[in-house]
Amino acid sequence: MTILDNHDMLGIDAGSGLSEAGARDFFELLKPRVMSLVVFTGLAGLVLAPGHINPILGFIAILCIAVGAGASGALNMWYDRDIDAIMTRTARRPIPAGRITPGEALGFGVVLSCFSVVILGLVVNIFSAALLAFTIFFYAVVYTVWLKRSTPQNIVIGGAAGAFPPMLGWACVTGGVSIDSIVLFMITFLWTPPHFWALALYKMRDYQSVGVPMLPNVHGERTTKNQIVIYSVLMAAAAVAPYFTGLASLGYGIFSGILSIVFIVFSIAVWRMPDGDEKMLPARKLFGYSIFYLFAVFLALMVDHYVPTVMGFVGGLL
Amino acid sequence: MIETVKLTEKQQKARRNRNVALGLVLGGLVVLFYIVTLIKIGTPNPM
Repeated sequence: MTILDNHDMLGIDAGSGLSEAGARDFFELLKPRVMSLVVFTGLAGLVLAPGHINPILGFIAILCIAVGAGASGALNMWYDRDIDAIMTRTARRPIPAGRITPGEALGFGVVLSCFSVVILGLVVNIFSAALLAFTIFFYAVVYTVWLKRSTPQNIVIGGAAGAFPPMLGWACVTGGVSIDSIVLFMITFLWTPPHFWALALYKMRDYQSVGVPMLPNVHGERTTKNQIVIYSVLMAAAAVAPYFTGLASLGYGIFSGILSIVFIVFSIAVWRMPDGDEKMLPARKLFGYSIFYLFAVFLALMVDHYVPTVMGFVGGLL
Repeated sequence: MIETVKLTEKQQKARRNRNVALGLVLGGLVVLFYIVTLIKIGTPNPM
């Protein structure tokens, strides 16, 4: 063994492999912002599913879904560390910033993936565990390794990974899949393209510099804007569908319809934006609104689900 | 004389931080498995 006194500026001792990474750096590998969306939509699936789950087991189910999603995020950061170092949006992530070694991230991602799937299988049910394993595989391998760098349709197909959580929550309660859980899946699945393409429009140069074939750099701004409008309309249809399948009330149908119309208005503003616009303000607005939209739609579904219970309780008191 | 790896102050602090976090996670898992066991065997929670 050698005496090692020096360490490089990246926070990782090149000679001994001694890390200066703290718990916060590892937490950052889990993509906490994405995880919050996963927790929220997963919870919606759990709440809306017919049947009952012990609240503590329900909490553990959501924890497993969140950790599984985080683990796939860590695996994504491990694989994409080369392009993350170049893109301004991702250059400060733990691996390109040198706070965590690629090996640590890979090990962390694999261990958490295994843990989340096994615990979900043991505590809740085998079907939801299998679906979680498939979701992790889909995001880490199908999207990250295969689609992301090979096709401009990467986020359309890869978006399925982000759309699985409500289906997962549903499966935790019912042990299966139904039309309603597929509708919940479709809302996020159809929401992903306009959400990401709005970002891709104003971060086009970033993606171009690392050779990721996003729609704006491959087929141009005009095609992207057309596709944003088309997917926004399809997403709006999926968002109001829970009313027509009987999962939600007319009140939800109206509320989600209004939210969706606003979404389409934002997407039309992007469509009308002149090609080559430097600031791309409408695209930034659409991106911001899209995050609010998804939270609002799933929150409305949950509130709508509990309204009859609350009304019944209040009626009983009167 | 035995040669050992000398940790810098920053490395020591980071290792302590990671160990505390890992300890909390392991402690949390113990509690979690205990509660799940109670639920699964149908025993009412003594708490």
